[in-house]
Amino acid sequence: MNPQFHGVAEFLAMGGHGPYVWSAYGVALVVLVWLVVQPLRRHAAILKAVRRAGAREQKH
Amino acid sequence: MARRWQWFHRLGSPPGFYRASGYWLPWLAVAAALLLGVGLVWGLVYAPPDARQGNSFRIIYIHVPVSFLALAGYYVMAVAGAVHLIWRMKLADMVMTAAAPLGAALTFVALFSGAVWGKPTWGTYWVWDARITSMLVLLFLYLGVVALRQGFSNQEAAGRACAVLALVGTVNIPIIYKSVDWWYSLHQPATIRLTAAPSMHPDMFKPLLVMILGLYVFYALVLILNTRAEILARERRTGWVRELAMGRNQD
Repeated sequence: MNPQFHGVAEFLAMGGHGPYVWSAYGVALVVLVWLVVQPLRRHAAILKAVRRAGAREQKH
Repeated sequence: MARRWQWFHRLGSPPGFYRASGYWLPWLAVAAALLLGVGLVWGLVYAPPDARQGNSFRIIYIHVPVSFLALAGYYVMAVAGAVHLIWRMKLADMVMTAAAPLGAALTFVALFSGAVWGKPTWGTYWVWDARITSMLVLLFLYLGVVALRQGFSNQEAAGRACAVLALVGTVNIPIIYKSVDWWYSLHQPATIRLTAAPSMHPDMFKPLLVMILGLYVFYALVLILNTRAEILARERRTGWVRELAMGRNQD
């Protein structure tokens, strides 16, 4: 099994199809990363809110 | 008998699922990263270019796996909806809620990657073709479930309405699968069939399999992450979530 490209420039060009290939992969990457980050942030935000509400209750 | 089902009841309760799934996450994350990493390099760098399409064919390594999961995700959502309707299982409703935006995002990527693959291959980004149109309907079904959920203030009523919409929408799934056989279509027939050998050279096919497997694991990972956040959101006033939040200071 050998690499199909000689050098980075040829790899990025994708034989003239670079814009199509890389826009497909670029959009996919952004969406997939967002899919992981979004629930993690929501998870953290809820725990933070619950913690804050708990701290308020303890003061009273 | 009673003992044998204990694990199921524990896993079926939201806190039980939350605790158990916490142990699965690191394994799923590592497996997804490895499979997708290997599959990407293999598909983008080492797989031979297509004789007719050249290198634009490499879009297949993201387009097909994402489309697979966009469809499989609909089954997950519809089955979770049915389980919630029939057995009133709260966790199933949470899974359904988690699956809807995830499915919409994957369907969007499937449509987008298909459009930019269509341009160099068919000469157009978009055609109102049976396969493509039925995928667009799939996107609207997912978005419909998301919107319907937000339109209700009553969680219980929202869950039932979404489940019914999801179940009715399953009519679309066989149409998507069969569209390339039933109608004359620009879209090529399925590359992978359970009943026949793949219509693809093994050197091109193996990285595709790795990517599909990787995306399945990725889907499981994100579905669990979404479900865990949904569990916390709905149970934030219960004792166990409070304990969980107060128990750790960093997060």
